[in-house]
Amino acid sequence: MTTTKAGGRALQVTTPSDREIRITRSFDAPRQLVWDAYTRPELLKRWLGAMPGWSWAVCEMDVREGGRYRWVWRGPDGAEMGLGGEYREVVPPERLVTTEKYDQAWYPGEAVGTVEFTERDGRTTLVTTLRYDSKEARDAVVQSGATGGMEMGYTALDTLLASIAAA
Amino acid sequence: MQPIGYGNLTPARLDATFAALADPTRRAILARLATGEASVRELAEPFTMSQAAISKHLKVLERAGLISHGRDAQRRPRKLEAAPLAEANEWLERYRQFWEESYGRLDELLEEMKRTAKPRASGRRATSKRKGRRER
Repeated sequence: MTTTKAGGRALQVTTPSDREIRITRSFDAPRQLVWDAYTRPELLKRWLGAMPGWSWAVCEMDVREGGRYRWVWRGPDGAEMGLGGEYREVVPPERLVTTEKYDQAWYPGEAVGTVEFTERDGRTTLVTTLRYDSKEARDAVVQSGATGGMEMGYTALDTLLASIAAA
Repeated sequence: MQPIGYGNLTPARLDATFAALADPTRRAILARLATGEASVRELAEPFTMSQAAISKHLKVLERAGLISHGRDAQRRPRKLEAAPLAEANEWLERYRQFWEESYGRLDELLEEMKRTAKPRASGRRATSKRKGRRER
């Protein structure tokens, strides 16, 4: 279920604690390059998100501690999906900690995302851990009864994480 | 972050499913029911728990739509309902797909960056090298 390409690039999704979800993947490149791809808007826009029918509308990033970022995608029928937050820790090329909050905020608080870049023999392992606010978030999501397309995706993620957290 | 449509998956339903699955006793009950119908008494047997405690778990599973009970009024055998589990799995699969697709594009971008690596992009590794001796 997690296999992608040959060469040990399998993507892993795990739940290391009751409020976290963790995504692990390795890349055949030194971590400085992976870091650049994560922190330079012109590079980030080329790989993150952007599913068929959706394109980048805003990609602003002030990559320094205390700096903010804002990402917006535009989709069919003028639909928009945006999120933003703050860079809490910027330690090139090994560690990036950001807060993240979607425009359509059905849940209180922000999620905190930590991306760790580890290099070994010229390959980089990327470990992304998202930590969520829990109980209240889940309740808000359930009460909102949000429906429809993409919103559902975001809600579902929060719902899952909140569920695990509240269990 | 995954801008994808999620069809008819409802958050409340996914929520109920994942909450129900978060408990080891309930997972064990589902595993037992995967082998066939069972009464509350039969389900309670392998656990050091009262039938009342088991019934509580069954209620959670039932509310999540993960199990149902048969018509036999006396025995009320419980049986597994596969659809919500399949939906939960589908959701996880899409979540995984979002990252796999993004990271697949990142692989391609990194290959391109390696080929055209400038001193700025590849840091210390390239600073002392002349052009033509760049990595790849």
